[in-house]
Amino acid sequence: MIFRRIAVDKTNNVWMVASLATILALPLIIGIGLYIKSIPLLEYQSAGSLVTSSEWLPSQGKFGFWPFIYGSLYVTMISFLLSAPVCVFAAIYLTQYASKRIVNIFMPIVDILAGLPSVIYGVFGILVVVPFISKYLAPIFDVSTSGYCILAGGIVLSIMSIPYMLNIMIEVFNTVPIGIKEASLSLGATSWESIKHVVVKRSIPGVISAFGLGIAKAFGETIAVMMVVGNVLKISHNPFKGGYPLPALIANNYGEMLSIPKYDSALMFAALLLLVVILLINIVFRYLIYKTQIK
Amino acid sequence: MEIQNIVDSAENNFLNLNSGIESFPILRIQNLNVYAEKNHILKDINLEIPRNKITVLLGPSGCGKTTLLKCMNKLTDLYKELKVSGNIFIEQDDILNTKKDIPSIRQKMGLLSQRPYLLPMSIYKNVAYGVKLKGIRDKKLLHYSVEKNLKEVGLWEEVKDRLHSPATKLSIGQQQRLCLARGLAVKPRIILADEPTSALDPISSKIIENLFVELKKHYTIILVTHILRQAVRLADHVVFMYYGDIIEQGPPDELFNNPKTETLKKYLVEGN
Repeated sequence: MIFRRIAVDKTNNVWMVASLATILALPLIIGIGLYIKSIPLLEYQSAGSLVTSSEWLPSQGKFGFWPFIYGSLYVTMISFLLSAPVCVFAAIYLTQYASKRIVNIFMPIVDILAGLPSVIYGVFGILVVVPFISKYLAPIFDVSTSGYCILAGGIVLSIMSIPYMLNIMIEVFNTVPIGIKEASLSLGATSWESIKHVVVKRSIPGVISAFGLGIAKAFGETIAVMMVVGNVLKISHNPFKGGYPLPALIANNYGEMLSIPKYDSALMFAALLLLVVILLINIVFRYLIYKTQIK
Repeated sequence: MEIQNIVDSAENNFLNLNSGIESFPILRIQNLNVYAEKNHILKDINLEIPRNKITVLLGPSGCGKTTLLKCMNKLTDLYKELKVSGNIFIEQDDILNTKKDIPSIRQKMGLLSQRPYLLPMSIYKNVAYGVKLKGIRDKKLLHYSVEKNLKEVGLWEEVKDRLHSPATKLSIGQQQRLCLARGLAVKPRIILADEPTSALDPISSKIIENLFVELKKHYTIILVTHILRQAVRLADHVVFMYYGDIIEQGPPDELFNNPKTETLKKYLVEGN
């Protein structure tokens, strides 16, 4: 009997470790797979020059990824700049000021927003954001645009990443014990001073982690951006011009034009780049969280 | 003759006023009622807190002691489900109904909670926080205040070399004394202490209790506790509460030796 119990105990352990190992191995396996697939391209041109070159003429064997990386970084930045402040203030309002009724109404909406398929956001972008930019926003800046542009991509992405960031931030602000706020108020702080100096300050690592998730989400998002960003292969600093983010490159072209030599390998390299960038974003944010926790 | 009377009564009034200052209660609660949704948590509380004494609010857990304490500096604002009515006069200001600045009235009361709730900053900044909120920016003055108040709670020698390290690195007993120092730094008249020793070991508890005895020379202390022995050791005035009512109140000798109600008798028997 005892032997059986010990045996069950031990085998359970093995199962758990095995499940964990699978999860841990997944990114590694994906990374290795993508790397092997991109070897034909990497043998032909170094990773450094692939990433920095701006010439994309696959039929002539020229693979420059910089326009795609630039496009991805640009839409991600716009998305972050638009969504981060909204999320911080909304989370502060919901956790510190709002009545229970408002929270009860609002939270399911956030969950629905998080669960909507990204193609719906894409359609929303085409029906609302793109015309809004071309008809109303661009004329203010005296620019003419079709509306399919970097800014449209950024706006759609910001709407998509809001529920993710907001959910985490609400959790984070809710974990600040009410006793700390009481302490701050009792020392003569106003409600806003307590929120600023105590609640937000204590939540900085969590807020940073929410930012990290939002940025990674925006960087990797494919369909919705692809539908509104114009998919124009040109580096432009003007957000009213079109762009071509990295995930869109893969989604638009995989399965087509694979007769061109090394094209397949180039798309795999694009996927590898995405993986590496997401990994880098995660490492940077881990570091920031660690740094802010120490203080 | 009439003039004589008027002068006499004026003199009497003046004398009364002067001698009255000491005996005049620092805090008066009138007809305080608190509801949480449908529960009547505090039932028509009328209470006067004597100056420079330790008033102990005694009673079993959940009887409304902490809520009463939180009403005193209007922290009930944080709990939206609570409906508070009545008057609480801190000196002249009715904190529940005043149009004056609530934060500055709150500074008349220092708060010590069940657990040390540190602000997410260094030891130094924890003490300086409230002082800075008063508008004091001068570094020398801030440092003077930090040193003085840390000395007052006997923490200065233990932390003077690491004032700028995070307050969370202190032991829990030290943290609680830091919270006390932080409260004293805003120069309150009253210290509101909500079971301040409940998370502490016996030695740290003893230190806090001894501090209270010292501090009552300059401050009025309102101590919430369910520990009978602590009440016996510290109280100058005891208020016994039971399910939202004040059952009995008076000097500790009277209350503990000759309880008038069955409820208190039972509590004393079980507490011993």
